[in-house]
Amino acid sequence: MVKIDVRGLSCPIPVVKVKKAMEENPNQPIEVMTDSQVSRENVSRLAENSGYTVKEEENGREFKLYLEPK
Amino acid sequence: MKNLKLLMIAAGFIFGGLAAYMTGLGNPVNMGICIACFYRDIAGGLGLHRAEVVQYLRPEIMGIGLGAALSAFVSKDFRPRGGSSPLLRFFLSAFAMIGALVFLGCPVRAVLRLAGGDLNAAVGLLGVAVGALVGIYFLKRGFNLGRAVEQPVLLGWLIPMVMFGLLLLAVFQPGFIFSSEKGPGAAHAALGISLAVGLVIGILAQKTRMCFVGGWRDLFLVKDSYLFSGIAAFFAGALLVNLIMGGVNIGFVDQPVAHNDGLWNFMGMVLVGLGATLLGGCPLRQTILASEGDTDAGICILGILAGAAFSHNFGLASSPAGVGAFGPTAVIIGLVFMVIVGFTMIERYD
Repeated sequence: MVKIDVRGLSCPIPVVKVKKAMEENPNQPIEVMTDSQVSRENVSRLAENSGYTVKEEENGREFKLYLEPK
Repeated sequence: MKNLKLLMIAAGFIFGGLAAYMTGLGNPVNMGICIACFYRDIAGGLGLHRAEVVQYLRPEIMGIGLGAALSAFVSKDFRPRGGSSPLLRFFLSAFAMIGALVFLGCPVRAVLRLAGGDLNAAVGLLGVAVGALVGIYFLKRGFNLGRAVEQPVLLGWLIPMVMFGLLLLAVFQPGFIFSSEKGPGAAHAALGISLAVGLVIGILAQKTRMCFVGGWRDLFLVKDSYLFSGIAAFFAGALLVNLIMGGVNIGFVDQPVAHNDGLWNFMGMVLVGLGATLLGGCPLRQTILASEGDTDAGICILGILAGAAFSHNFGLASSPAGVGAFGPTAVIIGLVFMVIVGFTMIERYD
């Protein structure tokens, strides 16, 4: 699984990184680690608009997003 | 997701309507709300520049900051953080402010001016879009100002405390505070109304993450219309209120608090669009982030105030009579600086 750590990165860098990973690894699941609510929302929106399903795991102030191609 | 977009459209519409209506309550025509102009007025109110017609501690800004801090605290979005190239952010935001004062407005006021029929604003908005596209070029090449880390709680509350302090100064008006007796700085709504409107805008913008440059950026970068829907709804709300109040005057000439030098209206806003894309948000968004505990955005607020002071102390700012003597030079220096930043701040490894 492709893993991306966007903790500490502010908008729009997380979205740019995840989009790049989607383009470089088509049809593969992607795991994103973030510590920001805004990144969580933005990455989830990008994933849903790009044909992925999103599963979230919350751990304190951090979130893990599992993006699965539909 | 659909509900969020509906909230964004409603928030944009209310914000636009309020911004237009503020002119009826005393704010300058086509400048009901302008984040850059209002920071410029605050810089003048504090005596950081001595342009006598633009000095007033605008309570809308303090309202936006305090409303956003309150909303972020309640919704657990308040998170003290920082350390992502703060010094660079200071200069980027100071230059973006200089660009905004060459155009005479931030990306919020550009939309508001257009909703009042000022076609010079369309030229400015084209500049914002071009600036965002140049910024996207750098983002796609790996542009990154670095990771922020968690900061002590006190640091996160500094900007909300500054906003509260500014509000106290606006209320009690000690002798060292400047207030314009004529010009745009003298045109303002009653303090309580300005503050209340600011609070509403701050809460709405915090909840929705509204951004008047991010809207264009996301449209081009990821074909996502979420943020842009806020800009479009703002335009619709402002246009509707302007039509009801008879405030639409279509044309390029004799527009309120504006000039019609197309080239520098465009170039000034390219600087704003590029700067805001590199910084991750327009002056409104930086104000919201700073109020949520983002100390890097707090540095941007200081950069914006410094940019306003430079603009008026060094003859960079435009006026309705036209572009300032050194405004174009400053815009070119700012663009060169941002392009150098764009090429150098590329992530080399991950």
